[in-house]
Amino acid sequence: MLRGLLRLTWIEIKVFMREPLGAIGSIVMPVLLYVLFARLGRALSPQGRFTASSFFHVNVPVIVAILIAINTVLSLIAIISIYREGGILKRLRATPLRPWTILTAHVLVKLLLTAITLALMLLAGRRYFAAGLHPPVISFSIALIITTWSILSIGFLIASVVPTARFAQPVGAVVLYPMFVLSGLFIPREVLPPWLSHLPLSYAVSLLEGIWTGDPWSAHVGDVVALVIVFAVCTALSAKLFRWE
Amino acid sequence: MKTPRPVIQVSGCRKTYKSTVAVDDVSFEVFDGEIFGLIGPNGAGKTTTMECVQGLRTPDRGNISVLGLDPFRDVYALQDRIGAQLQQAQLQKRIKVWEAMHLWAALYRRKASDGDRLLEQLGLADKRGAWFMTLSGGQKQRLFIALALINDPEVVFLDELTTGLDPQARRTIWELVRDIRHRGKTVFLTTHLMEEAERLCDRVAIIDQGRIIDMDTPEGLVRRHCPERSVVLKTDDDHAGERFRGVPGVTSVAATNGRLTIHGAGEDLVMEVIRCLSEERIRVTDFRTVLPTLEDVFLRLTGHSIRD
Repeated sequence: MLRGLLRLTWIEIKVFMREPLGAIGSIVMPVLLYVLFARLGRALSPQGRFTASSFFHVNVPVIVAILIAINTVLSLIAIISIYREGGILKRLRATPLRPWTILTAHVLVKLLLTAITLALMLLAGRRYFAAGLHPPVISFSIALIITTWSILSIGFLIASVVPTARFAQPVGAVVLYPMFVLSGLFIPREVLPPWLSHLPLSYAVSLLEGIWTGDPWSAHVGDVVALVIVFAVCTALSAKLFRWE
Repeated sequence: MKTPRPVIQVSGCRKTYKSTVAVDDVSFEVFDGEIFGLIGPNGAGKTTTMECVQGLRTPDRGNISVLGLDPFRDVYALQDRIGAQLQQAQLQKRIKVWEAMHLWAALYRRKASDGDRLLEQLGLADKRGAWFMTLSGGQKQRLFIALALINDPEVVFLDELTTGLDPQARRTIWELVRDIRHRGKTVFLTTHLMEEAERLCDRVAIIDQGRIIDMDTPEGLVRRHCPERSVVLKTDDDHAGERFRGVPGVTSVAATNGRLTIHGAGEDLVMEVIRCLSEERIRVTDFRTVLPTLEDVFLRLTGHSIRD
């Protein structure tokens, strides 16, 4: 069935690239946004005199990375619900394809997209990083893939529970964006109630921030475990709740 | 004639959705190499029955066997050997015709049919590179037939294949379905179009409100439930009407502006009317027979029209 999975994945990539604004919306926009932020950051702190510089050097990459992940998840939610409403999932299920092969293909497409966007972002941003700062690109990419994978399972859960395409994406946004705002990136964790630090995105931010600033993986085992638990719980729930039509 | 071998056996199948009974105690067999139609109005339980047989739904009760397999337990083994066109199914808007064929060919373990030849036979060769969303309704249905045939299946399932198509596209599709049978495959279809069932099916089962009411060849059903037939003819002879009253099999004669409608029953009615015309030397300018159709059978059996 691997042949089926690979071919389906490849076709889904092609179909996605043909979407109007598909590639631009999910790849070019985040990169442009990042470059814009980075330029703004450099203009504000020519010699790194302002504390603002750390915001732009540390937080902006993490913010943009999380935005990429959220973007990815929202587009997955939309695709799953459109495919369900249009009977595409049903048609695919009436073949020897295993149901999870179909969903895995979509996850693969989204992870690949995330990786490409991130790579472009890092390439474009190289000239804006402070001298002497060598972000661990590979570790950061792996951290982002883990994060995206985990949030994708939240997306699946939403796509399983919300029946129509019209509501699925707004519901996804309503769940994910507040979680993002409360993740500790914008408001210091100390002023938030402690239970908020257990939001899935808080672990994601902690992981990405730490890896970007050079922490070893051993310092973030807890974050990774939390993200894997989120994945396991959401996947198990959506396996129970998922509807093909 | 060889003894027919059942490829689909359904007995006592029941399926409920919450408190609605969609299908109740449905039993039938489909034989090797025939076109079998499940006919009935929308909501009668056709699609539910078909999807249970295909392994896409699990019946609450009853036994189903397809090609010797249990559609629920052996669903993947079964999917490999059958082809399906589903009601209201779609593909990705921007998938190209050849890409869909290529993808489907990769999904089956069986050696795939030649996709390009299938497209050619279905008249889609020039649409090979077109996006799914740009195809017309008839072209989409033809593509779904092509996809249903890609694994050279033993049984082909067609659910409301021609719904929403114009009459010309419908006729083309009917030809294609007959071709499928000529390749030695068994076809199981559902339709709410009685004309379609009459023209295509070797045998039909009439289903209404989740139950099968009767099952036979279309002619057999008509003969059994609607034996009456009529002859309509046009003549200038004002007294022609009276002369038919004594003809064997005739039950009534009605005249409306120069047209006589002779109602009766039995296979011999038409012959008797013709004999009377020739013996009595009645000059007619038009002559046609009106036979009851499956539509009439349905009305008689259910007390309501299929279009309600």
